[in-house]
Amino acid sequence: MNAALTDTDHHDDHHHGPAPGLMRWVTTTNHKDIGTLYLWFSLLMFFIGGFMALIIRTELFQPGLQVVDPHFFNQMTTMHALIMIFGVVMPAFVGLANWMVPIMIGAPDMALPRMNNWSFWILPFGFTMMLSTLFMDGGGPAGGWTLYPPLSLQGGDGFPFLIFSIHILGISSIMGAINIVATIMNLRAPGMTFMKMPLFVWTWFITAYLLIAVMPVLAGAVTMLLTDKFFGTAFFTAAGGGDPVMFQHIFWFFGHPEVYILILPSFGIVSEIIPTFSRKRLFGYASMVYATSSIALLSFIVWAHHMFTVGMPLSGELFFMFATMLIAVPTGVKVFNWVATMWRGAMTFETPMLFALGFVIMFTIGGFSGVMLALAPVDFQYHDTYFVVAHFHYVLVPGAIFGIIAAVYYWIPKWTGNMYDEKLGKIHFWVSTIFVNLLFFPMHFVGLAGMPRRIPDYAVQFADFNAIATIGAFGFGFSQIIFVVVLLKCVKGGEKATDQVWEGAEGLEWTLPSPAPYHSFTDQPEVK
Amino acid sequence: MRLVIKALASIMVLSAALLSPVVMADWAVNMPKGVTDISHKVYDMHMLAFWIMCVVAFGVFGAMTYSIIKHRKSKGVTPATFHESTAVEVVWTIIPFIILIVLALPAARTLIAQEDDSNSELTIKITGYQWKWQYEYPDSGVSFFSALAEESRQARVMGSGIDVNDVEHYLLDVDKPLVIPVDTKVRFLLTANDVIHSWWVPDFAIKKDAIPGFINTMWTHVNETGTYRGQCTELCGRDHGFMPVVVEVVEKSEFNQWLASQVEAKESGQQLAATN
Repeated sequence: MNAALTDTDHHDDHHHGPAPGLMRWVTTTNHKDIGTLYLWFSLLMFFIGGFMALIIRTELFQPGLQVVDPHFFNQMTTMHALIMIFGVVMPAFVGLANWMVPIMIGAPDMALPRMNNWSFWILPFGFTMMLSTLFMDGGGPAGGWTLYPPLSLQGGDGFPFLIFSIHILGISSIMGAINIVATIMNLRAPGMTFMKMPLFVWTWFITAYLLIAVMPVLAGAVTMLLTDKFFGTAFFTAAGGGDPVMFQHIFWFFGHPEVYILILPSFGIVSEIIPTFSRKRLFGYASMVYATSSIALLSFIVWAHHMFTVGMPLSGELFFMFATMLIAVPTGVKVFNWVATMWRGAMTFETPMLFALGFVIMFTIGGFSGVMLALAPVDFQYHDTYFVVAHFHYVLVPGAIFGIIAAVYYWIPKWTGNMYDEKLGKIHFWVSTIFVNLLFFPMHFVGLAGMPRRIPDYAVQFADFNAIATIGAFGFGFSQIIFVVVLLKCVKGGEKATDQVWEGAEGLEWTLPSPAPYHSFTDQPEVK
Repeated sequence: MRLVIKALASIMVLSAALLSPVVMADWAVNMPKGVTDISHKVYDMHMLAFWIMCVVAFGVFGAMTYSIIKHRKSKGVTPATFHESTAVEVVWTIIPFIILIVLALPAARTLIAQEDDSNSELTIKITGYQWKWQYEYPDSGVSFFSALAEESRQARVMGSGIDVNDVEHYLLDVDKPLVIPVDTKVRFLLTANDVIHSWWVPDFAIKKDAIPGFINTMWTHVNETGTYRGQCTELCGRDHGFMPVVVEVVEKSEFNQWLASQVEAKESGQQLAATN
């Protein structure tokens, strides 16, 4: 080998390193950089959405109106939901996918790196636009995140901005999803067959298809709202021959797959973490894949269980009730598989494992109330009460969010090369778990006792449980500051992580050095 | 300070409530049984589902807890190597399926009963407005609005200085309640004039959306006289939380008298208008 050739190699290395300064983050096409951007963005939005939740809970601490006007309260409930769904859970999952999917399948980067950059960088603009509606005449959207017309059409100047920002978030999600599908389809290392892929990759693969299938449906629905409001159409306006219920059908045809988009990647994360800390292979890998696929397929035929009270024909109600109940079967299989993975393993309880176990228990509690909600005759009592609020917060907060937090603790040593503060991590888990239950469990009770959701003030018999929920909300909100401290400490330094990081961990990501080099797998790994 | 004490007391009562079913009764932690045959069926269905879920939870969480206690590395166990078992997986696919059938059959029966609105003896039309209800008795031409009671209306204003705990039935009282007869199958026709509302009385276990351009039907057959309260349950704008539903269920004779007096009041009102 002559000197000139070595020199070229050397030059090449520099050329492909990150650009210095701020422009590194603006122009980056590196999957790790973009993953990092997504994750920090999601954390920022978590605190913004959480702040809105605390405004809601402050008003609900006691009966009577004390803090905010009812119209502003409605803006808070609407924006809290939009931000938590589109700004926190979805970007966090895409961030994790960006970081981990290429590494886990032995690829050098995502398949479409420039589109990757774009799909992240339109997000901050979308959310700036969405948040700016709060300062416009008439305020932000106040008709609930479900945007049911005719109420949503009563919105003020912010309405078209909201619609446009939803379009931007949708485009971002679709591009992210296409990128993940293209990466998984094309860039797997030799020997990485579909049935050898890690479950996180599998669940994201399925999630990406759901996204591609339903985000355009949402875009269509909100565009019809826009033309109803400004261009004289009457898709959903009864006075013009339109049908307000049709919007609900279209919306939930998007909305139900959407709720699985918000949970399937967490299923994948937990399926990575539990085997590692049980030091035992995942039980029923193939059935996990089939269960996830069946959940995804069923999600397309159950949408109307969100609207049992709209006055569907009996046959429709029966169909959607039975179809919805069926989802309990594959979901149950997943939970049983996790328990069987732990069974006769050799468990240790580091922070990622604690969050994963918390996920399994509390997600399952949300699943139980889900089965109850599926029963149409009883749903007439539960519908639009706090029982529903308790249900979906159990599957989304100690469900999806705990899954994301578990993933961060699990993989952050690989990202930064440093171990996080285990003691603080455990404190974070226990404080979060206690307060999240204090926050959401009493909501079951007030809901059953008859408290409707989305109300700024309530009858005095609901006061005690609401006070408890508010205490839980503040406790949970402030305990997330511990998380930020752990993250910052870990980024700055700490005990050096080994390449293996966790004793029982298996998979390609643990064959890379910690921190993972800027370009991983320049030599293609082989999976046997 | 009072709030803090109250909050701490609430936490203590909550922990006590979880241990003692007697205390739980005072805290209204469950769905009301209600006063109609349908509401009893719904309540039974709810409790059946609840107990089945408890049994499943006991099994799943029990196995998890056992595993967490026994199968930990600090106990010096060596992990097993099994990672699949077709027999076990088939069993735990079939068992949930059977449980679901146990739930689905009574649920379908209850649903079919709920949707059977034939042979009603009285029809009432309910129209939702932002933010009040209109009740019409089409057979007698009686019609009136029902909005939040004055006392609640004053107390709910921010900075009103009124302690809402002193207001009787705060937010659950109206100026003029709907009146229906006991032991009668009453059919409701629901629609709305502006946005979607939803009419709910928990004690009757009926809730249905009132949608502009649609007429939905539902019915009830109340077995006990009394005053029953509910609320609008579909977000309908600023004052969504302030449009309660109050239904007075009275003896049939009393209902007929009431309806006659309403008809009379309406006719004298019309005469008054005509003479002017």
